Amino acid sequence: MEDTARILQLVVNGAASGCIYGLIALGFVLIYKATEMVNFAQGDIMMLGGFVAFSLIAWFHLPYWIGALLAVIITAAFGYALDAIVLRRVIGQPQFAVVMLTLGLGFIFRAAAGITWGYDSVGFATPFTNKTVNIGGLVLGEDNVSIIVGTLLLCAVLYLFFSKTRIGVAMQAASQNQLAAYYMGIPVRTIFSLIWAISAGVACLAGILLSPVSMIDVNMGGLAIKAFAAAVIGGFGSIPGSLVGGVIVGIVEQFAGYKLPAGFQEVTSNVVLLLMLFIRPQGLFAERMGKRV
Amino acid sequence: MRHLFRTRYQQDIALWRHNGDRFWYALLALIVLLAPAVLGEFYIGELGAVFIFAIAGVGLMLLVGYTGLISLGHAAFLGIGAYTNAVLLAQGVPFLVTLPIAGLFTALCGAAIGRPTLRMSGLYLAIATLAFGSIVGTVFQKWTAVTGGFDGFAVPTPYVFGMSIEGATGIYYVSLAVLVLVLLVAANLLRSPTGRALVAIRDSEVSAQSMGIHLARYKTLAFAISAGMTGLAGALFAHYVRYLAPDAFDVLLSVQFVTIVFVGGLGSLRGAVLGAMFVRLLPQFIAVVRDSLPFGIGRLPGLEPSLFGLTLVLVILFQPGGLNGMWLKTKQWFQAFPFKRQASFRRQKSYARSERLR
Repeated sequence: MEDTARILQLVVNGAASGCIYGLIALGFVLIYKATEMVNFAQGDIMMLGGFVAFSLIAWFHLPYWIGALLAVIITAAFGYALDAIVLRRVIGQPQFAVVMLTLGLGFIFRAAAGITWGYDSVGFATPFTNKTVNIGGLVLGEDNVSIIVGTLLLCAVLYLFFSKTRIGVAMQAASQNQLAAYYMGIPVRTIFSLIWAISAGVACLAGILLSPVSMIDVNMGGLAIKAFAAAVIGGFGSIPGSLVGGVIVGIVEQFAGYKLPAGFQEVTSNVVLLLMLFIRPQGLFAERMGKRV
Repeated sequence: MRHLFRTRYQQDIALWRHNGDRFWYALLALIVLLAPAVLGEFYIGELGAVFIFAIAGVGLMLLVGYTGLISLGHAAFLGIGAYTNAVLLAQGVPFLVTLPIAGLFTALCGAAIGRPTLRMSGLYLAIATLAFGSIVGTVFQKWTAVTGGFDGFAVPTPYVFGMSIEGATGIYYVSLAVLVLVLLVAANLLRSPTGRALVAIRDSEVSAQSMGIHLARYKTLAFAISAGMTGLAGALFAHYVRYLAPDAFDVLLSVQFVTIVFVGGLGSLRGAVLGAMFVRLLPQFIAVVRDSLPFGIGRLPGLEPSLFGLTLVLVILFQPGGLNGMWLKTKQWFQAFPFKRQASFRRQKSYARSERLR
């Protein structure tokens, strides 16, 4: 009985951190599907979002919910501007140039955050900090539950947005075929900037949800490498896939931390990523591929 | 302005385009050979480090600049080369044997990573190498029986034909020899059918494939050669630092290598050397101006990585040709003087290119 409870605990913890990885991976996938760019600065945008929320809540004493909402909006606007000002210029340059561009941007964000908020870890009070809920005899931290519930809610909202609203359908169209979307009168460039905005907003939300569990600091963007594992497991192009991949990575990591000697937990996600590339590089949720020349 | 009148197909792939090339490179060789007699110990050491980085830069240039793939884990290959070389030397194997073995073993590691990954699009290589780099870093730390972990690993002094290679000058000449070798290998590879296949893959995978080029095989070959050259650089790097620490081979170093390629100028071997000079000189420059910068900018902890990031961003946005491109533009300006036209270097309007398989 003791063991079952322990394992359930690990599964829930893993699922919670996995949801964070999944949310970051979701940001990769949204941008990748639309523009064929991979944003290596996604983790750093999450870091910036976390810091913005921290400033609003801890410095300006806004209530948690309003502060979080404002932070998401500010980060989303930042994402929009990033695409409109910087990334739109590199359309047509080879893919690896964009990889390096976003990587370089990530370093700049880290330095800017270090200058603005300092290099110490910070945190802010959330309604979920240090509380537990009791579900059927299983004691869970409310912070973990809030991550899982928040992720599920966000997924529902995104699903409704992409399938029901006019602009969401336009985004799908622009992702599938840019040229055809232009011909149908969709403002593709604005749509792409909006996709960047959504992905930055999702990253900010990930940072806010993560903040009760771990502190916000300049180097928290390093989580992005685990999100890559999540995205690759999901097939890099599938939105549900990235979340499932994230949860898988999170749970595997928890069990590795439980069973393996210290220090190996950190590389588990990388090992999972490489194994996945060796065994099934197209991911669990692969789309049928064929090239039309 | 010089106009080449080509009468033979051989001229298209000649290593030296004309006698001017021969003259200037011979002069450069002479200067570089005689430099230790003139410059002080410190400068020779730094130049040696530039050569070592240039070797890795040439390797990465083959991969990024000519094949169009990106690797964010070349620091790991540098580390593998360094530890292979140092461990074998400590076992008493002569340096002239350990150096090629370090290169070959690293190339094998590269092939092992590249083979499965390169069936997918080039982005997967960037992600896989990022993961590989972090795994290798952990292995260096944890496998204390071989690497000594955080205690470090003292690199034995190498001997070539009975002469010990010690001090800055020794490393300088050995690195120079290896750099020249690597440059010759790269230049010869690039004028062979294999090199043209790599360039074809860079320009369009679909058209390369339809010309009968086996994509996965050539990409893996390019990655293995690139890793092997970086392994050679690693072996020399071990002697340059003399004391190997496992945390020296992190992502930042990989980013520095890629910065070499981008700053130098994609698709030019000369660019790899120029980029290596830039990347080695930037930290020195920072050290010099650190105290005279306003607002305490000089003492920020993350200054160096952010400057590398900033350089990358600026080069990609505003000067995609890199240092080599700037050099070519300057040369063109003088050759055409006074007939420079605004349109000469205007960039073509570019459109989104899709590599998506759908």
